Amino acid sequence: MTDPFLLMHPDDNTLVARTQVPEGTEIATATGPVRLTRPIPIAHKIARHPISAGAQVLKYGMPIGIATADIAAGEHVHVHNLRSAYTPSVVLQDADGIGKGA
Amino acid sequence: MIEGWLRADGRKGIRNTVLVAYLVECAHFVAAEIVAGFRGRDVQLIGFPGCFPNDYAARMMERLCTHPNVGAVLFVSLGCESFDKVRVAEAVRASGRPVRTLVIQKSGGTKASIATGRDWVDNALSDIATLPRTAMTAADLIIGTVCGGSDGTSGISGNPAAGRAFDLLVAEGAACIFEETGELIGCEEIMASRAITPALGQALRDSVQKAERYYATLGYGSFAAGNAAGGLSTIEEKSLGAYVKSGSSPISGLIKPGDIPPRGGLYLMDVVPDGEVRFGFPNISDNAEIVEMIASGAHLTIFVTGRGSVVGSAISPVIKVCANPDTYRAMADDMDVNAGDIIEGRRSIDQVGQDIRDLVLAVAGGQPTKSEDLGHREFILTYKSFDPIGPACLPRTA
Repeated sequence: MTDPFLLMHPDDNTLVARTQVPEGTEIATATGPVRLTRPIPIAHKIARHPISAGAQVLKYGMPIGIATADIAAGEHVHVHNLRSAYTPSVVLQDADGIGKGA
Repeated sequence: MIEGWLRADGRKGIRNTVLVAYLVECAHFVAAEIVAGFRGRDVQLIGFPGCFPNDYAARMMERLCTHPNVGAVLFVSLGCESFDKVRVAEAVRASGRPVRTLVIQKSGGTKASIATGRDWVDNALSDIATLPRTAMTAADLIIGTVCGGSDGTSGISGNPAAGRAFDLLVAEGAACIFEETGELIGCEEIMASRAITPALGQALRDSVQKAERYYATLGYGSFAAGNAAGGLSTIEEKSLGAYVKSGSSPISGLIKPGDIPPRGGLYLMDVVPDGEVRFGFPNISDNAEIVEMIASGAHLTIFVTGRGSVVGSAISPVIKVCANPDTYRAMADDMDVNAGDIIEGRRSIDQVGQDIRDLVLAVAGGQPTKSEDLGHREFILTYKSFDPIGPACLPRTA
């Protein structure tokens, strides 16, 4: 089976979903296998390994912002635990990618 | 090996096109009717609609009409517009190309002008068919990249694959151009660290800051709420998704529309006007960006789309890379490369990048792209204003 997540760069601490990945899917991470605690929509991210609050979050090998909470391996990485180092992101209720309009 | 056309000015083209260029909207219809007489032949329509003069438009028109893919040019003027038709025709003549200016007011009006124009184009097609050919390699090519109709897949399949293709082409000596400074906010420092000199790094930073100010004045925010639903968390993540089209080569220069890269390497094109905000949005549609790359000498353009653009361009072919596999299936006739294979796990980013590079060479060798074959020849040129680039922006050519 094709791995449901893409690694964009070897330095990244995130993985990107290449399809909608169901809740409960077992994912191999750097710190061992974990089960997804929620579905991850296409193009959304999960942590490749544990990320500490205040650490840079990397995608493409480059920083996309700063973790605002400790993030466990396999956890959804998004606007609830990641902030811009530039300007706050404008978000609506559908930001989780699961609600209406996703 | 690519068999190109050698122009009198020494530049090498991958197509041999007759351009018909109207110099004001009032001459558009006559110019279009002249072109309509040559369906299936390489005769293409471009033009500038405005009656008020604009230095940018004059420079763009001159660069486009002396582009290496162009063999001959017919200008169509109403007669009373402000465009300096004598100067642009002189520039084309000086480049060694057949050129003629048809002034409708002095040529008997619509019907007679169309007939005269068609006769001239017919002769020009015969004249340029026997121009000398020359061997070309990747090192002779200038290649642009843009993205449009983007979605959540663009940043994870199509754009990274286009970036790999750029890495391969830069390594082979090509000049590659990326742009969209307005979508590079958050990438300034990363980009500046790739510049070949510190002074160029500062110029790259300044160009993004200028874009930030310009879009703020227009009230244009780059991060839309819909981006978060699509999986993007921050402005820098969105910017990086577009930025990865640039690949990972060092950045050799910063150019503005109409500046031609002096040698191979990777260049950022600054498309945001200088000075106070005038004339509205910098580029009102994707084709405006493609035309600016062509004015800087692009022989062809790699266009990454997620939602599904259909456009091509006048003068230089457009290779469409479709990032989204569902869009590819829905619009396969319009797409040259299915980067959606990356999403579906059939091919890697590196493999698709290699395919794009190979297709660039095949198209340079004469193979038509999908949009070219379908007859797409979109073109748009509007009002803008630029200051010249600074001394630190171009690499030494010694």
